[in-house]
Amino acid sequence: METSMKVNKISDCLWEIPKTEKEGMLVPARIYANDTLFESMDKGVFEQITNVACLPGIQKYALCMPDGHWGYGFPIGGVAAFDTKDGIISPGGIGFDINCGMRLITTNLKAEEVKPRIRELINELFRAVPAGVGAKGTLKASVTQLKGIMERGVDWCIENGYGWPQDREKIEECGHIPGADPSKVSEKAISRGANQLGTLGSGNHYLEVQMVKIDNIFDEKTAGIFGISEKNQIVIMVHCGSRGFGHQVATDYLKVFDKAMKKYGMTVKDRELACAPFKSSEGSDYYKAMLCAANSAFANRQIITHRIRESFSKVFNTSAENLGIEIVYDVAHNIAKVEKYKIDGKEKEVLVHRKGSTRCFGPGRKELPEIYRSVGQPVIVGGSMQTGSYLLAGTEKAMQETFGSTMHGAGRTMSRHAAKKRVRGDQLLKTMAKDGIHVKTASMSGLAEEAGIAYKNISEVVETMDGLGITKKVVKLKPIGNIKG
Amino acid sequence: MEEYFFLDNIATADVAIESRGDTLEELFSASATATFEVMADTREIQLEIKKVLHLENSEIDGLLFDWLAEIIYLKDSECMLFGKYVINVTKNRNYQLDAEIFGEEINQTRHDLRCDVKAITFHLFEVYKKNGKWISRFILDL
Repeated sequence: METSMKVNKISDCLWEIPKTEKEGMLVPARIYANDTLFESMDKGVFEQITNVACLPGIQKYALCMPDGHWGYGFPIGGVAAFDTKDGIISPGGIGFDINCGMRLITTNLKAEEVKPRIRELINELFRAVPAGVGAKGTLKASVTQLKGIMERGVDWCIENGYGWPQDREKIEECGHIPGADPSKVSEKAISRGANQLGTLGSGNHYLEVQMVKIDNIFDEKTAGIFGISEKNQIVIMVHCGSRGFGHQVATDYLKVFDKAMKKYGMTVKDRELACAPFKSSEGSDYYKAMLCAANSAFANRQIITHRIRESFSKVFNTSAENLGIEIVYDVAHNIAKVEKYKIDGKEKEVLVHRKGSTRCFGPGRKELPEIYRSVGQPVIVGGSMQTGSYLLAGTEKAMQETFGSTMHGAGRTMSRHAAKKRVRGDQLLKTMAKDGIHVKTASMSGLAEEAGIAYKNISEVVETMDGLGITKKVVKLKPIGNIKG
Repeated sequence: MEEYFFLDNIATADVAIESRGDTLEELFSASATATFEVMADTREIQLEIKKVLHLENSEIDGLLFDWLAEIIYLKDSECMLFGKYVINVTKNRNYQLDAEIFGEEINQTRHDLRCDVKAITFHLFEVYKKNGKWISRFILDL
């Protein structure tokens, strides 16, 4: 922890920076972290989350999740809700990779069936799901088709043979957020993303084959409802986003917002927090364009799911239906959404920005598929490639405290450059093989940047929110194979 | 002389770069080379294809931002890596950039590819002149 700011410990794992600490703060800033995670938080988190607390229309608190680290504008792990009437929308509070997110998929295969064929399976997946810089997807969509994808997301995929009808309900917002308007998206964004549908990307994006160890099931009943009930069951996790399409939407609108700030006479603590009133023409246009990218990201993960089904079917010589390849859930990480919460005793409509954080709605919410409504939303939290991941469930407490939000992953503690100084990609590949994780990567240096040492301890991050009752642990998952972009 | 440095401990998940040049042209070229060095070994890029660009901006920092945004866009839309930049920056009412940029199509089996660059960001973004040198600091979102 490197800050001269006054930070009060509210309770175990919850810290608060009072609104008197920085001129212009409208609400306090709150950071969720145990003592160890708090001590390792970088200075940028404290600066950035207090800057967020100064943005017009912010409600209750500017929040930072336990995986928080320096982002641009907002910290990654940042959550903030703004009044839809007099609040703002900020591209910096969403991120360049709009609707970067995580999808978890079950199979009825067992580790003993998959491990002997993991090399063949990973090679097949690596062929079917292009990864890394310059990867082109095999689906060539016309501009008309791309507009359909922007407007209708996963619905378009299912209607065009890239999914099963039951996939729809097990995706946040059913894989299609209404209100997307392709006329608000530049031709540049369309041409940048046209050949990237069904591709993984690079950085921390991956496709991972994982196994369920029976002693890692913390809540048997909820795990069963989520489709995980077998010892050594194999599941698949996908982490990726809207690719170049979403990146260009963000780049385009950052310039629009830079000008809009002057037009509306708004000032922010950091140029990267450029924003506009949500109801302004600039804010409204960006929201509609952002939804195009969000729907495209849902579609991207859906097309990847289709390729996963084809790959498993080919390797195991039976249909994907026979292999039980069903979606558990799909969550967005980088997004802003209109939601309603009780604030100061009154129900209020707000625009919740989640930047590197996950929605975690509690039981009973109508937005959840009926089969999950009794236990809360599945929350998929990716760890580093070496350390495993978690499946959690959302809670009512999250609805009251964090605008139904929780962490999204382990969170980096080490820069990419520093990680590469400590680890060589080829050596990491061998180390992971010894640990029973077969990796195929598009980039050895990219692999080194994603080494486990560069990340916080995922279990500590998850325990922080479990201890506070924001999300409940359901299953921990162990990687056995990984495709890294 | 063109040069660039990767700045550690500024951006945890992204990459911070300081680029320098004796002229604006050298500064722009160094910044572009640094951007592509994040994604590939730029010494290995063949200069087979030429693209011609014209950009205008009222501010010099805005022009550098536009320049980097444009070559990142071309990387995805044309699926290309670039390795050489012949640049001319002039100032009339606005700053104007005319450039010929040279590179080749990305070949995953031949290039030593690294981490993809999503975007140039405004965070800590600056362009200034000091002791006769043009200097820029910028952060790329990875």
